[in-house]
Amino acid sequence: MSNRKPENGAFFQRDRQWHPPAYTPAYKTSVVRSPQRALISFDNTLSEITGPVFGHAILGELDADLIYNYAKPGESAIGQRIIVHGRVVDERGKGVGGALLEFWQANAGGRYRHKREGYLAALDPNFGGCGRTITHEDGYYRFRTVKPGAYPWPNGVNDWRPAHIHFSVFGHGFAQRLITQMYFEGDPMIWNCPIVKSIPDKAAIEQLIAALDMNNTIPMDARAYKFDIVLRGRRSTLFENRMEGN
Amino acid sequence: MVQQLGFLKETPSQTAGPYVHIGCTPNFCEITGVYENDLGISMVNDKTLGERITIRGRVFDGTGTPLRDALLEIWQADSNGLYNSPSELRGAADPNFTGWGRCPTDMETAEYHFETVKPGQVPFKDGRLMAPHVTVWIVARGINIGLHTRIYFEDEKAANDQDPILQRIEHRNRVPTLIAKRDGSSYVFDIYLQGDKETIFFDV
Repeated sequence: MSNRKPENGAFFQRDRQWHPPAYTPAYKTSVVRSPQRALISFDNTLSEITGPVFGHAILGELDADLIYNYAKPGESAIGQRIIVHGRVVDERGKGVGGALLEFWQANAGGRYRHKREGYLAALDPNFGGCGRTITHEDGYYRFRTVKPGAYPWPNGVNDWRPAHIHFSVFGHGFAQRLITQMYFEGDPMIWNCPIVKSIPDKAAIEQLIAALDMNNTIPMDARAYKFDIVLRGRRSTLFENRMEGN
Repeated sequence: MVQQLGFLKETPSQTAGPYVHIGCTPNFCEITGVYENDLGISMVNDKTLGERITIRGRVFDGTGTPLRDALLEIWQADSNGLYNSPSELRGAADPNFTGWGRCPTDMETAEYHFETVKPGQVPFKDGRLMAPHVTVWIVARGINIGLHTRIYFEDEKAANDQDPILQRIEHRNRVPTLIAKRDGSSYVFDIYLQGDKETIFFDV
């Protein structure tokens, strides 16, 4: 972290037309889980402007390497080895340093390690499916994993999720909190998925598709995909109304 | 043509899905040996200042069925009204209180619970004090973008009556959806995603 005084301005208003609406009936589970009343808006208070930050002390050596962090000694996860990397920036283009990223995914066969998961594809005994890292001061992050498989899910009788990695992102304020999913360039399954299509704008969907990045591969080891993440920007506090006496 | 503002668009949200535990609370879903502990399971320690409280409840869908695959996060001030955050410029918060908790709803009982302290009062922008409150963020399968709400406390009636956020709610009959009820040593805060009792959610 730098020596600059931390920013504490309010965040830009969220563009609710860019995000998926709550009610998206083609994604059936949303039907009874979507609030129906209007959200009540108010400008950020300290409760939204502040947020938790996490130190590197929480990180283990293999947290950002899903190929090895669950594997038995001397073994590794099965699948196409990839690096996922990019920057977490805010809407002003400023890097968001010190941001905790958590990611989870299915294995190369499209199977999650979870007791509620019933897909017949095999579990990989060397793959747990979770990882995490904290961004560098300029917002940069990277981790290594295997490319997840596509899998069927009970929505329509023949709906399949495109290959994807889930991301949970903390910025510097609780109002920036975000969970999203990353997809892979060139996957035709993206455009058939009811969860993807919960996002109304094609350009917004494209913001979730990581590009194959051959300049950041590790030769003879792993290809790379680049995925930048944008969090809400902050207003300057320079001209904010001051409280009396301040 | 005018100059371009050049702002980027926020990355769009996608549902946390049914397997959010794998990434956020792996030990809870029996992925052990990767992280020592699940983040956010403990907010307090022996030295934390303030009144210890438990907040618990369930999250109901529009049919009245409680969600067994939701994940809740809370964020709150310490007992003196200070946030444990770099953006808190008013003073140093209690170093023995994280202010942030994370809890999945139980796969059988559907209940969540947080062991925390009663938050102090935090000023609104104009200097008036907000009533003690806890900010809540809810994600789950079927929720396309995380839902923000707040927990206020039944036994803070005087402060609640003066709270600048609660005061601006037009439909007064919905205000009780934000107020946790005391039940013995704990507060109960049930969340309704839909229906007559739909909880107030905020666009913040």
